[in-house]
Amino acid sequence: MTPLLSVKDVAKYYGPHIGCTDVSFDLYPGEVMGIVGESGSGKSTLLNCLAGHLPADRGEVFFDTRVDGPRDTLKMREPERRLLGRTDWAFVHQHARDGLRMGVSAGGNVGERLMAVGARNYGDIRANAQDWLGRVEIDASRIDDRPTTFSGGMQQRLQIARNLVTGPRLVFMDEPTGGLDVSVQARLLDLLRGLVRDLGLSAIIVTHDLAVVRLLADRLMVMKSGHVVESGLTDQVLDDPQHAYTQLLVSSVLQV
Amino acid sequence: MTDYNFAYLDEQTKRMIRRAILKGLAIPGYQVPFASREMPMPYGWGTGGVQVSAATLTPDDTFKVIDQGADDTTNAVSIRQFFEKTADVETTTETSEATVIQTRHRIPEEPLSEDQILVYQVPIPEPLRFLEPRETETRKMHALEEYGLMHVKLYEDISRHGHIATAYAYPVKVEGRYVMDPSPIPKFDNPKMEMAAIQLFGAGREQRIYALPPYTKVVSLDFEDHPFDPSKAPHPCGLCGAEHSYLDEVITDDQGGRMFVCSDTDYCEKRRAAGHVGTLTQEAAA
Repeated sequence: MTPLLSVKDVAKYYGPHIGCTDVSFDLYPGEVMGIVGESGSGKSTLLNCLAGHLPADRGEVFFDTRVDGPRDTLKMREPERRLLGRTDWAFVHQHARDGLRMGVSAGGNVGERLMAVGARNYGDIRANAQDWLGRVEIDASRIDDRPTTFSGGMQQRLQIARNLVTGPRLVFMDEPTGGLDVSVQARLLDLLRGLVRDLGLSAIIVTHDLAVVRLLADRLMVMKSGHVVESGLTDQVLDDPQHAYTQLLVSSVLQV
Repeated sequence: MTDYNFAYLDEQTKRMIRRAILKGLAIPGYQVPFASREMPMPYGWGTGGVQVSAATLTPDDTFKVIDQGADDTTNAVSIRQFFEKTADVETTTETSEATVIQTRHRIPEEPLSEDQILVYQVPIPEPLRFLEPRETETRKMHALEEYGLMHVKLYEDISRHGHIATAYAYPVKVEGRYVMDPSPIPKFDNPKMEMAAIQLFGAGREQRIYALPPYTKVVSLDFEDHPFDPSKAPHPCGLCGAEHSYLDEVITDDQGGRMFVCSDTDYCEKRRAAGHVGTLTQEAAA
């Protein structure tokens, strides 16, 4: 089986400082990969390099494209990479405001990706937007409201709908539950888990919340100071941490 | 003659502007940056159009200026006088007589011919400006032909008003490539942009020039189920009775009285001289 995403020795430096280095892994279709680590460990840098938002300094990222098979996205031409970015890839930002157009209605936000890939039928676009708002549990009557009138949790769900509407195969998520209160977090996680399973999505989730990866991720990668210190099946890593840092991380979780 | 260099600008400046114009004609719809000069009039009065006209005019040209279709409004009168003074060119109000026509927000009703040039004054050349504020990003979007966002604007119009409510500066796609802001002409004029004359667009404050060569394909953006509609007020002209010209609504009293007249004054006058009458002229005669 061809991996959907194959990362080989990716590195990114900020001047003399290491952003992330020596990162290699394979992600198979339908698999969810979690990346955990403390602030400044390079997990967001890595995610941005993989998604093409930051130029990596070294390494290869092969994505299994629908037409041409595995292609190195770091060496792709920018138009191709941006096309991937609005068709087969999705990027969910930590702050919904970064991923949404706040001056455009919810329907317009969801429809943007459809129009970007050539949808030109208003009725179809609107029906599709309505369908997706329903799937992320936003009332259909809010379709013409701007995201500024939405709560934080709704904005995050709207961002997810907007990203998934073109049926991507790989979703990058940067702290999707950050900044939400726990009950809203729980609903969002439940929703995400459902969507990932139903649509057979592959996903890479960056978070510092171990509960999120326990619930969503099949596999886990632990990062510290730009390096991957441990990786494996989620339950295995969390229940039997080998590396000193992972042990610290797991034991730092507060038990209620 | 005056102490001005011909058409106010110095020769090197005109050369620079002509290079931008030629580049614009070579890539229809592409916004060419140029080193816009300060002109002796405020921004928003047509400094871009004036510079393009200055670079285009020759001593043999006949010049016409219209402002919202009219030859006798402040903007049109002052720009016409400006070139009478600095270039000593012939000026006219007749569309067919002119070789260079500078316009603010209208295309003349009378079809233009191949030996004419139409110069537009453009306030904001970037059609994506209010959707994507970053100029670096909009330039990239033009370069990579990512125009989905333009339809988001039209989508928003329909979802809010039930139809595409954008009535002026209606975005167009040029030769299947660049999306262009046609300057704030009414969308009624959009279909006329596929014409025989050369069309030049100058934005002074924004320092951009773009152009349409003769017979360039210009398509107004729309949705399959909400096609483009070049609408106008559903009335004939009150003075000349024209059925298919763009009309201005003029409030005549504070009792709700109003009249609709051609916005193109030259077109209206010619029709009246040829004996056409509208309802208002009939009433006045009676």
